[in-house]
Amino acid sequence: MDRFIEQAGLGQILAKVRNDERLTLDDGRALFHHPNILALGYLANMVRERKNGNQAYFIYNQHINYSNICTNLCKFCAFGKEKGHALAYEMSVEEVKDKVRQRLDEPISEIHMVGGIHPDLPFSYYLALLRGIKEVRPEVHIQAFTCVEIHHLAQLSGKPVDHTLRALVDAGLGSMPGGGAEVFSPRIRKMTCEKKLSGEGWLEVAKTAHRLGLRTNATMLYGHVETVDERLEHLDALRRAQDETQGFLAFIPLAFHPKNTELAHHATTTGINDLKNIAVSRLMLDNFPHIKAYWVMIGPKLAQVALAFGADDMDGTVKEEKITHMAGGESEQALGHKTLIRLIQEAGRQPVQRDTLYNVMATY
Amino acid sequence: MQAIIEKIEAGQRISGEEFLRLAQEASLHQLGFLANAVRMRLHPDPVVTYVIDRNINYTDICLSACKFCAFFKAPDEDGGYVLSQAELAQKIAETQALGGTQILLQGGLHPDLPFSFYEEMLRFMKKTGIHIHGFSPPEMVHFSRLSGLPIKEVVQRLMAAGLDSIPGGGAEILSDRVRRELAPNKCTAGQWIEVMEIAHALGLRTTATMMFGHVETMAERLEHLQRVRDLQDRTGGFTAFIPWPFQPDHTPLAAARNIEKTTAVSYLRMLGLSRIFLDNVPNIQASWVTQGPKIAQLSLFFGANDFGSTMIEENVVAAAGVRFQLSEEEIRRLVADAGFRPQQRLMDYTPV
Repeated sequence: MDRFIEQAGLGQILAKVRNDERLTLDDGRALFHHPNILALGYLANMVRERKNGNQAYFIYNQHINYSNICTNLCKFCAFGKEKGHALAYEMSVEEVKDKVRQRLDEPISEIHMVGGIHPDLPFSYYLALLRGIKEVRPEVHIQAFTCVEIHHLAQLSGKPVDHTLRALVDAGLGSMPGGGAEVFSPRIRKMTCEKKLSGEGWLEVAKTAHRLGLRTNATMLYGHVETVDERLEHLDALRRAQDETQGFLAFIPLAFHPKNTELAHHATTTGINDLKNIAVSRLMLDNFPHIKAYWVMIGPKLAQVALAFGADDMDGTVKEEKITHMAGGESEQALGHKTLIRLIQEAGRQPVQRDTLYNVMATY
Repeated sequence: MQAIIEKIEAGQRISGEEFLRLAQEASLHQLGFLANAVRMRLHPDPVVTYVIDRNINYTDICLSACKFCAFFKAPDEDGGYVLSQAELAQKIAETQALGGTQILLQGGLHPDLPFSFYEEMLRFMKKTGIHIHGFSPPEMVHFSRLSGLPIKEVVQRLMAAGLDSIPGGGAEILSDRVRRELAPNKCTAGQWIEVMEIAHALGLRTTATMMFGHVETMAERLEHLQRVRDLQDRTGGFTAFIPWPFQPDHTPLAAARNIEKTTAVSYLRMLGLSRIFLDNVPNIQASWVTQGPKIAQLSLFFGANDFGSTMIEENVVAAAGVRFQLSEEEIRRLVADAGFRPQQRLMDYTPV
């Protein structure tokens, strides 16, 4: 098949990928602008199989969005609401515990919990959330609070980020999700999420977490007003941070969903664009162990195909996801265990149920 | 495998045995690269075509009772319909207002409408000047039985009344074992091919479809493709091949046994395999109706060079629980985003 890659004008990149050499930003640009998605997929698949063999991971998890009240009100977000808005909500610690209690009969290994930047909930609320969940389900791993929330919580606690993180870990925090990264470029943040923590600030929080031994994920929200160069700078910043700390577990490209956002005039991302972001991420982020195809965002069909275009993880069974669905995401609310396993098997991969830190819990 | 790959790259035909080997062993990437090579050889210009049309199902009353169908009403069941001329006229007017050039006209196998009903329907519709792509082979066989006329005469009389071309529906899987199991009242595989051969000889262009992903084996899919390729060698009358996976929701088949919906990867593999095997059928259509816009767009790298139709109205797949909608504008955007030039076409693939 190498001949097809050479015919597509990607012979030099193929040689680098074969030799496990780092790709330059110029290589990344050539890949993003390349018209043949098959060639990108083939190259990304080489890296994917080198790092993760034939395995495709999924997790049995529960999503809890404790509140959508947010002072940032980013233009690409349909989830965040001002306090007092008709659709605004916040859950009490008891309500969150109830959510956990309701699903105690399921083999959930991870609770994934994120919210907004709430104007007046105290730091003690967040600690109580973590403790409350652990009370109901002591064994569960809590992956919670994006770098943006952590930065906010540090301000609430009046202590530096590392002290704040230690307090959260003591209360039950196990790892952090990758949200809030959006696109690091100051131009994009000024245009779409002026009030949000800067890209540099985001990376600083992530690296601080890594130094404390917390693993975190990273994301990139693509398909709105960002340029290819801005995507590449974002990926490069993550790659440099990972060189420093080795703390990132997975990178998750997130497809922008325009419905009900201030950028609603934008078209939804296409399948080719989704696959391109997965494939190029896999090729550029040579120091990230995992690339996730988040089916909630791109649909289960494309997420399955993505397993041959660089992705090695389909995320989880996911129920009650609100952030994408409020922005018009049309994928199912939950994929059963069996469906995920079948999608992975039909893609010719071996299904591996993992925990948050990618320890193998079961293979199928 | 290497020998098969080289054969395909050199533009040679593959055998059934080689097809089965590819189906078994080729990776998704390999099938994509090879199907794309065949597609680019047949259509070197980076153009992807589509047609603006509407499905009109003149009746949902059907004798056939196929187990994979969620659309039909049995003759003794309540709620079946036959469209009136006024309803037909309105649907055609709406289609033409949207720039539509053709109607895909299909029904059930109605138990007692006389043959003259169909001739009159065509004459009435034809007054609008629209292209009528109508009556799949099972309907032709049914008309022949009801009227006692030979198939050739049925087709000739419908042509005289205004029929322009024949859709490739009702092919399902062209294997009599599968047909006996799922659609015993429907025409046989041989009859399906016979109708198409007669139509081609009379100068009608037709398409061919395949509905896969239910009870058939890969060897039976091959039998289907082999029958289509053999007929095409004799007549050259097929304009396009349209494979799409069985949609199980609300069907008697899925109620009776557990049949999982074909996944996107399996769809793309079958699409690629079809493009590679059917080297004599000029066009392969993507099925956005069953796959949605993202996978349909990706299909353009797995052998498809046509986005099918805008389907202003579609009832049969919708009855099986799948509802995607795409405007002409959205089809054009998806095609352009994939690096191809979108081009509206007619049934015979002449550009509009």
